[in-house]
Amino acid sequence: MSFPKLSRPLLRHAYSTSAKPRLNVPIDFNTTPLLHHNHKSFANTPGLPTGPSKRMTLYQAVNSALQTALASSNQVLCFGEDIAFGGVFRCTMGLQAEFGPDRVFNAPLTEQGIVGTAIGAAAEGMKPVVEIQFADYVFPAFDQIVNEASKFRYREGSTGGNLGGLVVRMPNGGVGHGALYHTQSPESLFCHIPGFRVVVPRSPSQAKGLLLSAILKSEDPVIFMEPKILYRAAVEQVPEESYVLPLSKAEVIKPGNDLTIISYGRPLYTCSAAIEAAERDFKGISIELIDLRTIYPWDRRTIIESVSRTGRAIVVHESMVNFGVGAEIAATLQDSAFLHLKAPVKRIAGWTTHTGLVYEKFIMPDVARVYDAIEQSLEY
Amino acid sequence: MNFLTSSDLAPIPTYRVMNSEGYLNDPNRQPPDVSNDQALTWYKNMLTVNILDTIMFEVQRQGRLSFYMVSAGEEAVTVGSAAALGPNDVITCQYRETGVFQQRGFTLKDFMSPLVANRNDPGKGRNMPVHYSGKQKTGVHAVASTLGTQIPHAVGAAYAFKMEAKENPTESPRVAACYFGDGAASEGDFHGALNMAATQDCPVIFICRNNGFAISTPTSEQYRGDGIASRGIGYGVDALRVDGTDIFAVYEATKEARRRALQDGGRPILIEFMSYRVSHHSTSDDSFAYRSKGEIESWKTGYNPLSRLRRWLENNGLWNETMEKETRSAIRKAVLAELTAAESEQKPALRAVFDDVYAELSEEQLAQKEELRRIMMKFPDEYDVESHEGGIAGL
Repeated sequence: MSFPKLSRPLLRHAYSTSAKPRLNVPIDFNTTPLLHHNHKSFANTPGLPTGPSKRMTLYQAVNSALQTALASSNQVLCFGEDIAFGGVFRCTMGLQAEFGPDRVFNAPLTEQGIVGTAIGAAAEGMKPVVEIQFADYVFPAFDQIVNEASKFRYREGSTGGNLGGLVVRMPNGGVGHGALYHTQSPESLFCHIPGFRVVVPRSPSQAKGLLLSAILKSEDPVIFMEPKILYRAAVEQVPEESYVLPLSKAEVIKPGNDLTIISYGRPLYTCSAAIEAAERDFKGISIELIDLRTIYPWDRRTIIESVSRTGRAIVVHESMVNFGVGAEIAATLQDSAFLHLKAPVKRIAGWTTHTGLVYEKFIMPDVARVYDAIEQSLEY
Repeated sequence: MNFLTSSDLAPIPTYRVMNSEGYLNDPNRQPPDVSNDQALTWYKNMLTVNILDTIMFEVQRQGRLSFYMVSAGEEAVTVGSAAALGPNDVITCQYRETGVFQQRGFTLKDFMSPLVANRNDPGKGRNMPVHYSGKQKTGVHAVASTLGTQIPHAVGAAYAFKMEAKENPTESPRVAACYFGDGAASEGDFHGALNMAATQDCPVIFICRNNGFAISTPTSEQYRGDGIASRGIGYGVDALRVDGTDIFAVYEATKEARRRALQDGGRPILIEFMSYRVSHHSTSDDSFAYRSKGEIESWKTGYNPLSRLRRWLENNGLWNETMEKETRSAIRKAVLAELTAAESEQKPALRAVFDDVYAELSEEQLAQKEELRRIMMKFPDEYDVESHEGGIAGL
């Protein structure tokens, strides 16, 4: 007996693709220029101390910052769901053993209870660093964040009551398989009602310095969003000592003359790859890449100065384009740099939909889309 | 299979010290451990709250005040409980705790400045009336309109005090207390707070003012269980129900709650003070739309916290009709005088628009401030800046 001939060959895998990507290839975190593969490149990044350094992943750098903060002041507390054993992303490993259950402890499953309690403790002088397990689960705490913490100093007025030292940490962003509820990046929601500083680090060395700044120096409460895909993927040299990086200061990661790309968090790696391809393909073009670092209050001066000079801007972020961070930056640029613009400000961001499991690669900004935006902007 | 049925359980009894005639409910017990001076102070404080409330309600009706909330019927709940807290204890509250501010040191000027939102208001004219900012004087966090959010704040403050007590064992330990109504106790923050407090053994007192209403919603539509005290056991929190119109019961219960809250390093305690909201919810409410005048009158006469303490004082030879008349008259005069004085003050400087959102103005706020200044100077007739201290220069 012979089988009928198949019109096309049997599939050997559950799925296959005929795509042969040139642009949308996985980011090679071992060679990306965004990470410090040895500590000689520390000199290129303002604010990084040049003393001894150690190779750390993002979660290890966060752990290092928490450990440093807990050691430096008895006021620092660390609590949230599953903190005690080390946290679902291992950011709090070893902390309870070192600092004891008074300072590092599990909270019951209540984001509103966690953030509300942190507010009360911060109001009385503690520095509570609380963890929301996934940014997708911050919403029960939304009232405490926007109605209470954001307005605390304002409504206290001259009593001086404030929540400096309160930090709410949460992993955010796509990880490849997070689907609707382990992928969200709600940073723009916390930028609309003022009162918090909203910070997104791009790398382990940035995360340690920014988090220490948030905990030990900031007089304003901070929301600290850690791109979860980078927890393990991003590995680099990180200074071993305690150091702070400034909040509300953007960083020009790569200077350029013809176009400015503004981004933060994981998409910076995408932008870096797109810039590499574009500078290779469009001879003579140089593209400036800026990391916003603090999403709000943001460093408008650095971005406006850059775009006034280059005349072209693209904003890239993972979360939806509608009413996102890009909208604010674009509006500010057209208001402040209108006559300098050679092309409209483009926003490359998540499409206006939810991040369905098997569609993530089509929804998140990828190298091809950023490359295409660069090309369109240059050709406008 | 024995399902635990709530209707099988007897309702939690109500702790009472003094009956409506002003005598000990249980003649065999010791009189309350309260000096005559304390009792007289409490009475005058309750009178002040009552008269302030009455006048300010009318002032709102005259259009001189945007909004007010009266706490008639609950004067003993707030004055009596505040009297039992420590001077350095920290409090978060809801909005009907005028008696707490009065008992903890607010003068009439301290009330009037924020009510009319003048330049002496610590809250810099930002908060609605009765949403006082008075932390420096009274230890009370600034009042917000959001309901229940203040409950976990007290838990966090209590945790800070627990840590503080461990570091400085020779200092007097402190507790945190939060006030909230029967309606607010339905919010998720109540649940989250009690769980956090119980699992972390926080020295916090949860004070529920069960006054029978959440605006128009009676407690029969707010919950099905036995009030709020019954919820304590579900969280592992000791609870007590108290007659909130009996100031001695209120005082004793709070004092004991505080003692327990400080045991073994700390634990949460829940007290439910039963009373009746004699007043409308606020000046924006007409409660005759949802309840009978007869019901209000019966509580006003039968369970009046002021007349009950007054009878006690008179029974003990500490008060009489002449003193009542003179004291009421003096308070009334003082309230009106402070109101007039407060109304003659300017509003806070315009820089209060942008200050204190962040510790320092952001670059964006600075730019916005300049833009506002530009507009106000371009259209001077469109903006009343002179009523604010410093005028446009105060921006």
